[in-house]
Amino acid sequence: MSRIEGRFESLREQGRKALIPFLTAGDPEPGMTVALMHTMVEAGADVIELGIPFSDPMAEGPVIQRACERALRHHIGLADVFAMVREFRKRDAETPVVLMGYLNPLEIMGYERFARAAAEAGADGVITVDLPPEEGEDYVAALRASGLDPIFLLAPTSPDERIERVAASASGFVYYVSLKGVTGAGHLDVDAVAKRLDQIRGHCTLPLAVGFGIRDAESAARLSRLADGVVVGSRLVQVAADHESQPDEIGPEIARVLREMRSAMDAGAN
Amino acid sequence: MNELNRKGGVAAPDFTHQPDAGGHFGRYGGRFVAETLMAPLAELTEAYERYLKDPEFLAELDDDLRQFVGRPSPLYYARGWSERLGGARIYLKREDLNHTGAHKINNTVGQALLARRMGKRRVIAETGAGQHGVATATVAARFGMECVVYMGAEDIQRQAINVYRMKLLGAQVVPVEAGSRTLKDALNEAMRDWVTRIDDTFYIIGTAAGPHPYPAMVRDFQAIIGREARVQILEQAGRLPDALVACVGGGSNAIGLFYPFLADESVQMYGVEAAGEGLTTGHHAAPLCTGRPGVLHGNRTYLMTDDDGQIVETHSVSAGLDYPGVGPEHAWLKDVGRVQYDAIDDKEALEAFHDLTRNEGIMPALESSHALAYAAKLARKMTPDQIIVVSLSGRGDKDIHTVAAIDGIKI
Repeated sequence: MSRIEGRFESLREQGRKALIPFLTAGDPEPGMTVALMHTMVEAGADVIELGIPFSDPMAEGPVIQRACERALRHHIGLADVFAMVREFRKRDAETPVVLMGYLNPLEIMGYERFARAAAEAGADGVITVDLPPEEGEDYVAALRASGLDPIFLLAPTSPDERIERVAASASGFVYYVSLKGVTGAGHLDVDAVAKRLDQIRGHCTLPLAVGFGIRDAESAARLSRLADGVVVGSRLVQVAADHESQPDEIGPEIARVLREMRSAMDAGAN
Repeated sequence: MNELNRKGGVAAPDFTHQPDAGGHFGRYGGRFVAETLMAPLAELTEAYERYLKDPEFLAELDDDLRQFVGRPSPLYYARGWSERLGGARIYLKREDLNHTGAHKINNTVGQALLARRMGKRRVIAETGAGQHGVATATVAARFGMECVVYMGAEDIQRQAINVYRMKLLGAQVVPVEAGSRTLKDALNEAMRDWVTRIDDTFYIIGTAAGPHPYPAMVRDFQAIIGREARVQILEQAGRLPDALVACVGGGSNAIGLFYPFLADESVQMYGVEAAGEGLTTGHHAAPLCTGRPGVLHGNRTYLMTDDDGQIVETHSVSAGLDYPGVGPEHAWLKDVGRVQYDAIDDKEALEAFHDLTRNEGIMPALESSHALAYAAKLARKMTPDQIIVVSLSGRGDKDIHTVAAIDGIKI
């Protein structure tokens, strides 16, 4: 059983839902990333999503675009991201780490080389935003050969046959994009998400995590009642942007936001 | 048509049945987008394939191309220029004479008709030099559609006249401040708009790149260039040309000219990228000449990318060629050896701009000037009984401020 599957299973046994925070590797300073990952775990994170910076992040709203730009000012590449995961693993052997990014850096490195290096560093799964399963046969094979979970997205526009296709290719969990839009968008419709998750569950037995548009404890709690996990990205990345000149405040503020979400989610579960 | 086209016992690639059902040209092309866009792209593919066989749609398209765009565009024998060069006879396919002054309108007319049939009331576009933005704003004005054009903040500075033209036509021009603030960033932003407003919005991509079906669809709408040129050269010269030359940014005018000739083995083809300040300086926009395969903007193709997989900033004097990728069919045609790709630098392009203006009374766009400069080099190595057809993809009025500034003249 992969670290991701194990984590979702133990949460299910406890009747809890996964809180999955996102941060961009190297944002705002490369030296802060590993400490922020530990902070997130201490504040209640169950899985960490670590963003691989990319020059052309097509699915991101302005907040995560800026995070990529800040990280790329430090020339953060895949080798740096692996080094961060390796460093994180020295103190935390339990919390699953999912790498999230775009395909071109993986293409240039080569899927097999990427997968081996990611697995050796201690990563558990990979989300590649601009790679649908149709184009991902070699990629899935390379990830699986290294014991990594290929995590795919589903969206409000995905018809049944695509849900089945994604379910057949993915492992670990499936990431449901809650709305038509980019990350950090502000038009989340919880009732619509509920309907879609029911539909997806008809074709897919993997845990379902929901992301895009979750910005406070209340929306995290409401969605956690429907899904197996919630992903929080732009809300946390915004903290890094707001405190670029007072970097010491970033960790405590991210911890505060996550603790609020954690307690609202756990209260909702009981 | 070309299935049994054999060379030395090895089956030549079948040029007329590309791409495959998934939008692949060999290993290139495909559909590399976020999940939210997958179903809308499938729906668009279905509509495009259906309407391209629909006689009523084709008749309406044909009528628009004649009466609104002004087709067919002439194939002009540049006698004076050819004789001065002392080599092959050069014919110019005059896309600069189209309504709005470039080949871009062939495609926007086609996609706008498709958008109407799909019930979309809002169109969006990305633009670099502003030619595709103007061509999109033009068809939107005609059909009474809402139009939003994304344009890099850097390009907005460089192309003030086209920005104002789009506004006069009723389009909203949105400056893009992200990344390098040029065409590639405008494309990212248009994709973000589309994913947010899929239900009522049609994204009119301006070049033969992007996720399937765009590379094939844009090619099919632009192939009118090559179809006309083929008929015209047979009428005027009684035979096929020896060579075709076109500039390649994303590559829509080039694929439009080349496609109807791909099965004609005697016709050599040359795609000309922007060498900017020189291929060795790194300041250029020539992914086919110097780049490597990767994935950007929905397709696998040759890219300008660094070892980390980040997209590299490009440079060209011509904003329309200032793009780090290229249409996937060109990537494939390069690999199979059907088309040769080379590059012309800023200085050579400017010389060709002046040369054609002074010798033929035709002011070419700086993009097209790259093709002209290459054709001039090629012609000198050929003989007067040989023929080159060059795609004169756009007119140069939009570039006079750039040219004046380089020549040290204040307008």
